[in-house]
Amino acid sequence: MKHARTSRRQFLTSAGAVGAAALLPLPAVAQAAPRVVVIGGGFGGASCARALKALDPGVTVTLIEANRTFTACPFSNGVIAGMRELGAQQFTYDKILATGIVVATTMANAVDPQARAVSLADGTRLTYDRLVLAPGVDIRWDALPGYNEAAAAQMPHAWKAGEQTTLLRRQIEAMDDGGVVVISSPANPFRCPPGPYERASLIAHYLKAKKPRSKVIILDAKDNFSKQRLFQSAWKELYPDNLEWVALSKGGKVTTVEVASKTLVTDFDKVKADVANVIPPQKAGHIAEVAGVADRTGWCPIDPVTFESKLVPNIHVLGDATIAGGMPKSAFTANAQAKVCAAAIAKLLSGTTPGEPKLINTCYSLVAPDYGISVAGVYRPVNGVLTDVEGAGGVSPADAPRAQRAQEAIFANAWFQTITAEVFG
Amino acid sequence: MIATRLLVAGAMVCVSIATASAASSESPPGATSCSGCHSSAAADTPVPRLNGRNAAEIVAQMQAFRGGARPATVMDRIAKGFSDAEVQAIAAWYAEQR
Repeated sequence: MKHARTSRRQFLTSAGAVGAAALLPLPAVAQAAPRVVVIGGGFGGASCARALKALDPGVTVTLIEANRTFTACPFSNGVIAGMRELGAQQFTYDKILATGIVVATTMANAVDPQARAVSLADGTRLTYDRLVLAPGVDIRWDALPGYNEAAAAQMPHAWKAGEQTTLLRRQIEAMDDGGVVVISSPANPFRCPPGPYERASLIAHYLKAKKPRSKVIILDAKDNFSKQRLFQSAWKELYPDNLEWVALSKGGKVTTVEVASKTLVTDFDKVKADVANVIPPQKAGHIAEVAGVADRTGWCPIDPVTFESKLVPNIHVLGDATIAGGMPKSAFTANAQAKVCAAAIAKLLSGTTPGEPKLINTCYSLVAPDYGISVAGVYRPVNGVLTDVEGAGGVSPADAPRAQRAQEAIFANAWFQTITAEVFG
Repeated sequence: MIATRLLVAGAMVCVSIATASAASSESPPGATSCSGCHSSAAADTPVPRLNGRNAAEIVAQMQAFRGGARPATVMDRIAKGFSDAEVQAIAAWYAEQR
């Protein structure tokens, strides 16, 4: 696009501001470089900032991110299971900075959609032509009785990678053989739909090798989950004695947690855990609520062509925070959406209309270090909703030989290397 | 009948390549998703790089994935989501990328 497009700005530069202003019905402010502010430096936000800067280096792109180091969630289940270290999950923003993007290490406190301005924690006020929110998820601390921020220090969620990941790992490592790890899995929608089951698998892998009399129990608020048949068939083969799944219809839904006794209370039972991993209900990251782009569900409705909010103009939302039709809340999805959104914003800034996009999601899970399974999908907008292209996508075959599972584990690792290099490298 | 269909498909392909060349650097629908797995940089990965690759070669691979002629892990499932014209446009775009 950078070669083909003649932007207003390039035109203004070559023709001279006075002449251009006379030719084009533009307000005086249009002579300045367009400003795009991106809040959230994860797979969605960082990808969008980079893609936009690459498409149109003339745009002033500011990326607002509270952390100096990004800790990736995909593959963090491997850290919990002792397969890799947290450092392998961590990335800095140095390379992003080097592309000419302004990286502001701070929080955004407020958004004024009328004035098109963002207020930062340090008091700075940034105006924007387009704002991109990629805030990921926040825990709904009000949704599961007994589970609050203090409880998370005892019963980690580990659903935002970092200290929580390390905490859960240490608890499992410190557990005696014969112990029980209990994972509470929430109702849909939530970040990384196959994540709880991959986590259970890799913990079972660790237990089988190191603490074979122990087991992991998943208490589930659902009767169905992502890649279910593949997981269940692998569990039967690999972890018959170390992993148990309790469906909603079997009383799996956790209704209360009791922190002091590490007990998870369901409709019919009380399950005492040695290690409790509570994956709580979630919602779009807080700034989405502040900006008014989250609806009553706690998530953000978007236009599937531009990812512009259906609630507030000139604000785009990406990734886990969105209501994205068939697209799951995955890093791959966020990255794919980010590139489509960046292209749409570049077009909108140049006064042209974005075309209908097509997007892909591919999502790998490891059941063991050398046993990978995947789900893929291809999506396009249909009646305003990102919809699965019929006949495409789906999960790995149920009857695949073990060599194919090993191959998918290799591709899973390659995916992590590639996508993190694209976003942060 | 079959011959006619092939001819029509061929004509569509030519048109889409011409369109893709005219707007050389604008990515066609679906193209930017690929780099989630297919690194745009020369990298140590078992997944082949698409940037700068011969367009006809990419098209042939996609057709082989879609038709089942080439065994795959995920590419068979993904290839089925794209029409001939879409694959042609994506291939032409990647062939131009460096």
